[in-house]
Amino acid sequence: MSRYSAFSIFRNGLSGQKNWQRAWRAAEPKPAYDVIIVGGGGHGLATAFYLAENHGIRNVAVLEKGYIGGGNVGRNTTVIRSNYLLDGNTQFYEFSVKLWEGLSQALNFNVMFSQRGQIVTAHSADQLDTFSHRANVMRLNGIDADILDRDEVRRLVPYLDFSDTARFPIHGAILQGRAGTARHDAVAWGYARAADGHGVDIIQNCEVTGFVRDGDRIVGVETSKGRIGAGKVGLAVAGHTSVLGQKAGLELPIESHVLQAFVTEPLKPLVDHVVAYGADHFYVSQSDKGGLVFGGNLDGYNSYAQRGNLGIVREVAEAAIALMPCISRVRLLRHWGGVMDMTPDASPIICPTPIDGLYLNGGWCYGGFKATPASGWCFAHTLATGKPHPLIAAYGLDRFRTGHTLDEAGAGPAAWLQ
Amino acid sequence: MLRIECPCCGPRDHDEFRYGGDASVMRPRHDDPDPESWYRYVYVRKNPPGPHSEFWQHVTGCRQWLVVERDTRNHSILSVGFARK
Ligand SMILES: Cc1cc2nc3c(=O)[nH]c(=O)nc-3n(C[C@H](O)[C@H](O)[C@H](O)COP(=O)(O)OP(=O)(O)OC[C@H]3O[C@@H](n4cnc5c(N)ncnc54)[C@H](O)[C@@H]3O)c2cc1C
Ligand SMILES: [Zn+2]
Repeated sequence: MSRYSAFSIFRNGLSGQKNWQRAWRAAEPKPAYDVIIVGGGGHGLATAFYLAENHGIRNVAVLEKGYIGGGNVGRNTTVIRSNYLLDGNTQFYEFSVKLWEGLSQALNFNVMFSQRGQIVTAHSADQLDTFSHRANVMRLNGIDADILDRDEVRRLVPYLDFSDTARFPIHGAILQGRAGTARHDAVAWGYARAADGHGVDIIQNCEVTGFVRDGDRIVGVETSKGRIGAGKVGLAVAGHTSVLGQKAGLELPIESHVLQAFVTEPLKPLVDHVVAYGADHFYVSQSDKGGLVFGGNLDGYNSYAQRGNLGIVREVAEAAIALMPCISRVRLLRHWGGVMDMTPDASPIICPTPIDGLYLNGGWCYGGFKATPASGWCFAHTLATGKPHPLIAAYGLDRFRTGHTLDEAGAGPAAWLQ
Repeated sequence: MLRIECPCCGPRDHDEFRYGGDASVMRPRHDDPDPESWYRYVYVRKNPPGPHSEFWQHVTGCRQWLVVERDTRNHSILSVGFARK
C-alpha cells in the first residue's frame, strides 16, 4: 500500500488522478481466520486494525453485511468529547480523545478531527452546580473543563437566545475545549485502509447468519458467502447485537432503537463550536460544507427500521428554535435514522461472553462514535488476551446482575425512558 | 408516522400515545426471592426484529393502556387490544 502524502497528491495529479490505488482490497473469504470480527462499522474496523498493529494478529477478517460505513459510523452527528462524570467512563472516553488527537497520523488518513470545543448550556443555578461537579471530576482526571458564566457564554456564542423572552434563560455553561467533531466516513475508510495494509481481509456484502460450534465452543460463522472458521469471533454490530446474540444463545439487556440526525441547507460560518442545549435533548454543529447538523432524542420505541419518524423532526426543530431563534427560517434538507443498541444504563458492553470463543462489543447507545478508537483498542486487547482491558473493566455484561450499573444518563432501567 | 387504531377512539397518530415497552415481559410474584427472575424482569429483553407485542397508553385520548403488536422492521401494526383482560 502506498502512503498518502503531499507528494502522492502531486504525482497523481500529473497523471490525471487515474492511477490511485484502491484504498483496500476487495477480499474474498479464506476458509478460516484467527479472529473474525462481525460488523464493518467504526468499532469493528478499529478492532481489526489494533489487533494487527498492537498485537501482531493479522490473520483477521472483518465481515460486513452491507458496505463499510453504511451503518451508524456514517450516520451519526460526529460529536467527540470526554466530559463524562462516572469512574470507568471518564478515563475510557479521555483515552479515546487522546487517540483521536493522533489518529490522522496513525492511520495516514485525514479524519478531519476538529477540536472546536463543546459548550453545554446550563439553564438554572442547580444545573450549573452539577456542571461544576462534573468539571471538577474531569479536571481531577486530567481532562480540560471550564465553567462559563452567562456573559462568557454570550461572548462565545452570541447567536443563542439571550433575550428576556427566552423559554429557558441561559445561566452559564460547561466547555470542553478539546472536544469536537471528525469526518465520520473518513474514520471507517481510514481504519479499513490501515487494517487492509496490515493484511486484514475486509469482506463486504457478507452477512453472518449463524455460528459454527464444536461442543460449547464457537469455532466459526455461517455467512451469505459460506462457512468460515475462526479461532475467536468478536461481535461489533451496533444496533443488531440482539439479533446475533440470540443466534449464539446470549440473552442481553438491550433494545434496538432509532436515532435521527438532521442537516439544514448550507449557511455561511455561524456555529464555531458544538453547542448542546441543557434544557432539552438537542445539539448543533456546523459541517465543513456549511450545513447545520442537529441531533435530538430517540424515536422512542423498539425499531429495526433504519429511518426515522416525523414526530422527532418537529421536536428537534422546536428545540433548535428555542435555543437559536436566528435559524427559524432555515430549511432542513435531510434527516435519516440509525439503529442502535440501547442498554438500561446507557453504557456500553465490551467483554468476553459466557460462550467460549465469543466476544461482545455493543450497547453503545447514541454515544459510540467518540468511543471508536478506544473501543477498537480495548476490544482488540480483549480478543488477543482473552481478558478485558483495564479501561473497559466497568463494561462487563454481569454488571446488571451484580448491581454495578454505570448510569451516566441517570435515566433508570428502561432504554425507552432515556 | 405510526397510526394506532385505538379500540375506544379510532385511528390516531402515535404522537397521542406514550410507549410502555415490551408487553410480553411478566412481573415475578412480589414475594419471589430469586434475584435471577427479578434481573430478567428488569433487564433482559428479546428485542426481536419482527412482530413485537408492546404497551402503548393513549395519553391524550381515552388514557387506556393498549397492547399493540407491531413489526419492528417496518412499523406495520398487526393488532391492537386493551391491556386489561
Ligand atoms: C443519528 C445518530 C447520531 C449519533 N451521534 C453521535 C455523536 O454525535 N457522537 C457519538 O459519539 N456517537 C453518536 N452516535 C452513535 C454512534 O454512531 C454509534 O454508537 C457507533 O457508530 C456504533 O458503532 P459502529 O460504528 O461500529 O456501528 P455501525 O457503523 O453501525 O457498524 C455495525 C455494522 O455491523 C453490520 N452488521 C449488522 N449485522 C450484521 C451481520 N449479521 N453480519 C455482518 N454485518 C452485520 C452493519 O451493517 C453495520 O455496518 C449516533 C448515532 C446515530 C444513529
Ligand atoms: Zn383512545
